[in-house]
Amino acid sequence: MTCALKLRKFIVNLLKNMINRFFFGIAAFGLLLTSCASNQNKNISRLSLIQKRDELICGVSGKIPGFSFIERDGSYKGLDVDICKAFAAAIIGDSEKVQFRPLTAAERFLAIKTGDIDLLSRNTTLTLSRDSFGGNGLTFAPVVFHDGQGLMVKKNSGIESIQELANKSICVGSGTTTEQNINDTFESLSLPYTPIKYQDLNQVVAGYLQGRCQAMTSDRSQLAAARSGFKNSKDHIILDDVLSKEPLAPASDGSEQKLADAMRWTVFALIAAEEQGITQSNIADKVQLATNNPQLKSLRRFLGVDGGLGEKIGLSNNFVVNVIKATGNYGEIYDRNLGRDSDVPIPRGLNEIYSKGGLHISPPFN
Amino acid sequence: MSKNKKKFFQILLVFAFLGFLGILINNLIINLARTGLGFNFNWLTKPASFSLAEHPLPYSPSDSYAWALFIGWMNSLKVIISSLVLATCIGTLIGFLRVGKNSFFSIITAGYITVIRQTPLLIQLMCWYFVGFLNMRNNSFLSISNIFNISNKGIELFGLNLSPEFSALLFGLSIFSSAFIAEVIRGGIQSVPLGQWEAFRSLGISEKQGFFKIIIPQALPAFIPGLTSQYLNLAKNSTLAIAIGYSDIYAINDTIINQTGRAVECFIILLCSFLILNLLITKVMGIIDKSIMKSGI
Repeated sequence: MTCALKLRKFIVNLLKNMINRFFFGIAAFGLLLTSCASNQNKNISRLSLIQKRDELICGVSGKIPGFSFIERDGSYKGLDVDICKAFAAAIIGDSEKVQFRPLTAAERFLAIKTGDIDLLSRNTTLTLSRDSFGGNGLTFAPVVFHDGQGLMVKKNSGIESIQELANKSICVGSGTTTEQNINDTFESLSLPYTPIKYQDLNQVVAGYLQGRCQAMTSDRSQLAAARSGFKNSKDHIILDDVLSKEPLAPASDGSEQKLADAMRWTVFALIAAEEQGITQSNIADKVQLATNNPQLKSLRRFLGVDGGLGEKIGLSNNFVVNVIKATGNYGEIYDRNLGRDSDVPIPRGLNEIYSKGGLHISPPFN
Repeated sequence: MSKNKKKFFQILLVFAFLGFLGILINNLIINLARTGLGFNFNWLTKPASFSLAEHPLPYSPSDSYAWALFIGWMNSLKVIISSLVLATCIGTLIGFLRVGKNSFFSIITAGYITVIRQTPLLIQLMCWYFVGFLNMRNNSFLSISNIFNISNKGIELFGLNLSPEFSALLFGLSIFSSAFIAEVIRGGIQSVPLGQWEAFRSLGISEKQGFFKIIIPQALPAFIPGLTSQYLNLAKNSTLAIAIGYSDIYAINDTIINQTGRAVECFIILLCSFLILNLLITKVMGIIDKSIMKSGI
């Protein structure tokens, strides 16, 4: 035991020293040889780049029914996908000019940093580390789905609470906040457990169904989505314990403020439209109404008839109209993908707008 | 004069190569600085705060990332070494049967090699894990009480418990590599001139004795280069462990990248650890090769 402890200390120090010295050595040599290397990347903002390219590259999961899922005809469908389309409608003016990139949990942040994708709309939890320049260096748009982490077990296992999962195996997706949350929860309760980590949700589900673990953990929305695909979905229950807050939000590179502003106000526009009862079907009438009635000041500003709000964030003044025409308001997007008649019904709960007891609220468009 | 010219070109080549390397590294640094990532290895000493299902040495979530990486490396090493041994045993056996006179075995082994070599390893691993081990539910596949037991809990051997993830990876890697090793063995044996066979037969030496004492020693030097490259492949293929939930170094790297956002540093560590491992394998095989050559056959 003490031997292992000593070995651990030794290896930790060795690794750190070796890597630091070795790598910086080579790096210094590289700098010496190439005293000047031109940096071809001109300072063009990401927002202008998207507009110039006339296409938005959007990172999604592609594996979660209800959020982003590839349909039989190869098209993408889901809440995250519709949010991407709303961004494209706002930035380019055409919701179809989106290229979707399916990414794994581990790839997603690097894909933004390297510029392979413009933005991420991939059920990503907003946390301090991810949002900060000292962490992942991203910036997040407003939350589009309030989720929480849960646990799913087989009904016939008799497990009803988290305490009964002591010494059991739990299937979890690696490289997610889920993995950290489950560890934090079980450690704080001093419950021992065995995590079986798979790279993506499909494997987590397979491992759970095959009986490798007594429980699987993920965001409750994902558990519901996964369960909807099971043969006997009623044989599985999602425990009442909620392990964490999981506010899911779109994200972009932290150094691109213009893009971040455009994204932030596009999401707020979706929520504000629902607050004001503006829908895909009545948007044309509302525009007519606003144009004809100069006294409807706030509606005129919101729809871009007056005020020039869109210009301030680098978009066209009528960007809200483009967005609502393309995707509908937030409630419509929700109902289409997660509503009662959808394939993955999830009660709205916290995801209602504030006036109906939920958490979604839009600041004023002034 | 021409000697000097040669030297001059050699030096020029070295400088060109170093310059190219320098440009690449400098580019990486500039781009990292541009994206605000920068290099930093200080996170290595911070607590990992994730737990692991398998760890050959004591490990808890409060241990550092560096220790977690080391545990991952140990896990990788464990599966690589055991697969290497098992693959060599199976591969050699299959290779011998393949060149043997028994046409029944020869056809069977030819079929084995064809099927295994022609299908992707990832699919084989998934098959071993999800269809093989996990599908057994609670009934054991093969059970000799207290000695050997294969079930959905993995393999139990003399009280030693191997998890289903490890077992599936061990089987998958060994069987996949064994098919390639068998071909290496066959090639080596067939490189011995037919005259050698005729020679020992005419001397009245038995088939078995002739094969092991005359043919194999001559074929050995031909095995080594092929085997080395198969071993290297096996080591690299072990990173597919992440698909079936085994905590090898790659899987742990994956988690760390997500928690720290330090993808470039993590991949450098990953590349270096495999480079070291494979250089070790090459070195050991080189020593074996030399000792065979020295023994003067």
